[in-house]
Amino acid sequence: MKHRRWLVLAVLVGVTALLASLVASVGNARPTATKASNAIAAPPVPNAAKLRKKFKGVKLTFVGDNAVGGSHVRDLALAKRFTKDTGIQVKVLPHPEKSDESYSQLARNFSSKSSAFDVVMMDVVWPGAFAPYLVNLKKPLGKAAKLHAKGIIQNSTIGGRLIAMPWFSDFGILYYRTDLLKKYGYKSPPKTWTQLGTMAKKIQAGERDSNPNFAGYVYQGNSYEGLTCNTLEWVASVGGGHLVDNGKASINNSKAAAILNLQRSWVGTIAPRGVTSYTEEEARIPFTNGNAAFMRNWPYAYSSGVAAGSKIKGKFSVTVLPHGPSSSSVGTIGGWELGVSKFSKHKPAAIELVRYLTSPAVQRFDAITNTNVPTIPAVAKNKAVVRTNPYLKPSIATVARVARPSKFLKGHYNEGSKIIYQGVSQILNGQDAKKVLPSIQSRLNRILR
Amino acid sequence: MSPSTEASTAARPRPRRRRSALQRKQTRLAWLMLLPALAAVGFVAFYPLGQTIYYSFTDQQFLAGIEPTKWVGLENYKDLIHDTLFRDSVVLTIKFTAITVGFEFVLGMIIALVVNSGFKGRGVMRAMMLVPWAIPTVVAAQMWKWMYNDIYGVVNDAGVRLHLISHNVAWISQPNTALASAAAVDIWKTTPFVALLLLAGLQVIPTELYEAARVDGASAWRQFWRITLPLLRPAILVALIFRTLDALRVFDVFYVFFGNRPDTQTMAIFAQDAIVGTGDVGYGSAACVAIFLIIGVFTVIYVTFMRVEQQ
Repeated sequence: MKHRRWLVLAVLVGVTALLASLVASVGNARPTATKASNAIAAPPVPNAAKLRKKFKGVKLTFVGDNAVGGSHVRDLALAKRFTKDTGIQVKVLPHPEKSDESYSQLARNFSSKSSAFDVVMMDVVWPGAFAPYLVNLKKPLGKAAKLHAKGIIQNSTIGGRLIAMPWFSDFGILYYRTDLLKKYGYKSPPKTWTQLGTMAKKIQAGERDSNPNFAGYVYQGNSYEGLTCNTLEWVASVGGGHLVDNGKASINNSKAAAILNLQRSWVGTIAPRGVTSYTEEEARIPFTNGNAAFMRNWPYAYSSGVAAGSKIKGKFSVTVLPHGPSSSSVGTIGGWELGVSKFSKHKPAAIELVRYLTSPAVQRFDAITNTNVPTIPAVAKNKAVVRTNPYLKPSIATVARVARPSKFLKGHYNEGSKIIYQGVSQILNGQDAKKVLPSIQSRLNRILR
Repeated sequence: MSPSTEASTAARPRPRRRRSALQRKQTRLAWLMLLPALAAVGFVAFYPLGQTIYYSFTDQQFLAGIEPTKWVGLENYKDLIHDTLFRDSVVLTIKFTAITVGFEFVLGMIIALVVNSGFKGRGVMRAMMLVPWAIPTVVAAQMWKWMYNDIYGVVNDAGVRLHLISHNVAWISQPNTALASAAAVDIWKTTPFVALLLLAGLQVIPTELYEAARVDGASAWRQFWRITLPLLRPAILVALIFRTLDALRVFDVFYVFFGNRPDTQTMAIFAQDAIVGTGDVGYGSAACVAIFLIIGVFTVIYVTFMRVEQQ
């Protein structure tokens, strides 16, 4: 065919152009990953020689943090160091970005009794569901566990078995632009939700003149687990209870309805209309690109704000989230733990990997390079750690931490959380909270029975 | 009567086919060769189907622990009928199917007609056309999700600059644009497939018919209506059946865009969420069986239509 050569050339050009535009658009949307590993090096493995003799050549699969960003860099750095010191091969498998998808991934693995995963990273609300499939770490790691915060260890001890070691903690905080606060005449960050509303409105209106996409306030409003965390903070900070109290659903009350309706009124006004489809990264990107005044997020986002090349470097700070007029600030407990699968073919080696990853030295490494909150109180007080993690200052670190109702929902936590976040998603998308909360309450009570 | 008509009007006896031993042996061999493939298909297709139907009558859990599975009869189905979320998902899926199949058919037809008319670079056009179809759906959906973003998305940026929209629109979040934005991605991706099916049908139509029609003075529209469409009917039906059954099972785009947001669940997402998200395999299996029956209804309609056509 006479045109064949042209055809092939045109297809190659077309495909290359398509790929190039894809890469370019992705590159613009996501700021460069933080250079986490150049802060300090991954710490050495204690008694590495003994481990090398016992387990050399063993291959482990570690289901770790998100595929993109500083967390993945940290996982790879630690795995590399562990392999270098002990000879145990560690393959890092990033988990899905959305928390409920990550849960599904583990659920599928355990229900099929697969030996594919050795060490798994779990949200603090999942021990109740996965307890039967995890190895009891009390004997090998019980002594090391004493270093960690008691509350988290208690949370991970089910039926007397310690089924997970705390890895890093998390709690919701408020990020704000110090330069914009100054520009619009505010001396300090907002203390109440109404103050946040006023400040965000003024700043957004002023900034929109030069930046039509500027948003006053961003958070995780998508219909997923992150919305349950935001909801708990909103409701608990205005005295509306903790979604489930004393084993019964308590979300249907006037204070909760008021704060949820207030949040609903902000969608499309001071929060972008698209906030109801934002997860952590979609809220972080506008803020670290300089397009938002206030952001609610986990401490991990701090590292990308102070990274070299960040547009907001030196222009932002963190504080506790706002509260209602007669209540106090709270932060939802997040955090991740490490467990060893009962179906793993290399349980002793996997336990050693967990021992290394949850050691004080690695916690310090994680806190400094990835701004994750340590679960070992001694590490949290370390001067270098506090310097890189300003939210560990006592004024912020002592905020009341509220837990999601996994203790009451146990194996049905996923279902219960879904009832909450799907209901709140409907409210944020326009429905009156007073009409939605009763149905959330009754459905929760049905599975709490 | 002439000899030829006499022969044709007389009832012609069917020649008795005597199956020789060789023919019988070949038939048996053919069956033996098909058996592994049929067994594989049967196992892969019918075993999971059978298991799903069985589960739908139990309260099987995903993380089945120490609690034994109980037979609950029709209880899952009773709950399903009263589940407004399931009802909404069926309605949404049917709406989605109607929109996408309609647009894909019309656009696909136009593209097929354009590509069919010879022009320079037509071969290149045919190849470029397939690029959206070649991209995996999940990848395309994620790509479009970033493009639709209301702060840094390309769609909003271009729309505002070209004065098509006055300000950024949250295409995915707003309930009134959510379905349209998902449908747009599916239409973008699948129109080439429909166009290709129709193009194949168009190329079989002999050009003499058009020449004859032109000589008779028929306009382009009349040619299309009287020649093209009737002769294209088999290809159109194939395209419609493929697309309808695919659209009824849509999952990827909605999952990437909305997750399990209650107002934008399709039937497939509802079932998946029930089985893997909530962990209620019994209930989810009942939903799967219901979906299977709904799609079966559409299949029966189409097949009957085709059979009527052939008569």
